[in-house]
Amino acid sequence: MSGTWITTRAWLLMLPLLAVMIAVIGWPLVDTVRLSFTDARLVGTEGTFVGFDNYAKMLGGSNFQRAFITTTWFAVVSVTAEMVLGVLAALLLNQQFRGRTALRALMILPWALPTVVNATLWRLIYNPEYGALNAALLQLGLIDSYRSWLGEPGSALAALIVADCWKNFPLVALIALAALQAVPRDITAASLVDGAGPFNRFRYVIMPYLAGPLLVALVLRTIEAFKVFDIIWVMTRGGPANSTRTLSILVYQEAFSFQRAGSGASLALIVTLLVTVLAVAYAAMVRKAAGAS
Amino acid sequence: MERQSAVFTVFVYAAALLLAAVILAPILWLFVMSISSAADLSTKPLNWWPEEIDLSRYRLLLSTIENSAGAAFTASLFNSLKVAGMATLAAIAVAIPAAWAVSRTSNVSWSLYAVIATYMLPPVALAVPLYMGLAYLGLLNSVFGLALVYLTILAPFTTWLLKSGFDSIPKEIESAAMIDGARLDQILRLITLPLAAPVMATSALFAFLLAWDEFFYALLFTSDLRAKTLTVAISDLAGGRVSDYGLIATAGVLAALPPVLIGLVMQRALISGLTSGGVKG
Repeated sequence: MSGTWITTRAWLLMLPLLAVMIAVIGWPLVDTVRLSFTDARLVGTEGTFVGFDNYAKMLGGSNFQRAFITTTWFAVVSVTAEMVLGVLAALLLNQQFRGRTALRALMILPWALPTVVNATLWRLIYNPEYGALNAALLQLGLIDSYRSWLGEPGSALAALIVADCWKNFPLVALIALAALQAVPRDITAASLVDGAGPFNRFRYVIMPYLAGPLLVALVLRTIEAFKVFDIIWVMTRGGPANSTRTLSILVYQEAFSFQRAGSGASLALIVTLLVTVLAVAYAAMVRKAAGAS
Repeated sequence: MERQSAVFTVFVYAAALLLAAVILAPILWLFVMSISSAADLSTKPLNWWPEEIDLSRYRLLLSTIENSAGAAFTASLFNSLKVAGMATLAAIAVAIPAAWAVSRTSNVSWSLYAVIATYMLPPVALAVPLYMGLAYLGLLNSVFGLALVYLTILAPFTTWLLKSGFDSIPKEIESAAMIDGARLDQILRLITLPLAAPVMATSALFAFLLAWDEFFYALLFTSDLRAKTLTVAISDLAGGRVSDYGLIATAGVLAALPPVLIGLVMQRALISGLTSGGVKG
């Protein structure tokens, strides 16, 4: 069979997928670009060409800058915590102890819990009047009176980060655990014979096996965290006083609450660009790490 | 195997207990809330275990009496099933030929990376035209429209998983059949697809879970019982003026049940999927 026919056949087999992708991703993306240069409304007016006005307005506004800082803070803190807790949990789960299999199975639960259910659950836990957190802290004598964890700008974002970490660190733990199990036993045994301490053992013997999978987890988690919408919408809707308004929430408000499709589209593309920059930078890191090992 | 000191062993067990408590406490609390009476949930100090087990909310939510809270909940449950089911079937249907082609034809594999790259696009980048497009087609607030939109997530995802599945089936089996005179459709139908059945099942379950979990598009594109999915129904409950927190918790338990069961049963497949980096967090 000739090579051209095989290539042609491959494209024919991909045709249904490509058609779907163009219809639900390609066209909407191109149309978002077009809209971002207009003053179109979500319903009704088609809009006229306004050049880069939307971009200038969005980038220059304090809303964008504040949402950018909130998003970055959310992503950096939650992903860092998830990585650290995940690796610690994986190191623990890699030890020999009774009940280890059951504990590993439990780690699936937070991952499997739908994001919206997780957000709802934590919203109930943080409830200012009857929430379990207030009750537990008061009964332990750690606080004197009930607090509104999600209602105060000072604590709302931190409360969200805790809820997000609880759901996502087990995923990192499972990825790290699978990598740890690939470390050959004789290598760790040899390093013990050579007298390596726990820290050196982790740094020089175990880390090379962990680095690759962890880097991939870091990339995926960071991109997800940067796009965060669901958990914040359900728990705080970006409040109080916009203290948890991330970029995705801001786009939602601009395009759908205020129905400004044009400026909403420009904001969405700015977010897309930021995520792309992140992804490309990470891809370079992953390739470098893969080349080094 | 290294010998462990007694102190280390105690430390390991203490840490394991702590981890188990951290994981279990919120989930158990969700369940306890769902079986506590409203009075138990609104006393101070809080009752950590109900005086009497109250299962009435499960009966309420699963009843189908017209215009009740149950009717709204079961409608959203069925909508979620329909949307996730249709989107999964459609995604698998377009992904199988494409994934096979990419797996067997190395000079078109770059197109797969283009497909996967779309996976990191934030949904907000597509939402406005999708909204206008669905409105134009009269598919807003429709399970078909939402399932169509879910292909933005499920199609690239299942193609990626299926491609790695086909990669693990040796090409040689197919070439041998071809030499014996089998046509391509016969090879796929009789040899490759049966061998790929486990991967296809895993991909379908993953895709179903992703669709079951989806919230952003469902929030934007559905507005009433005709199409609202479970995630939107629950967020409505949580954000509305429902005074019975136990009812919200019960809805949460019911919505979490299918993915949690799938997760526990499919642990091994899940973990290998996670480690190949193909699973959304």
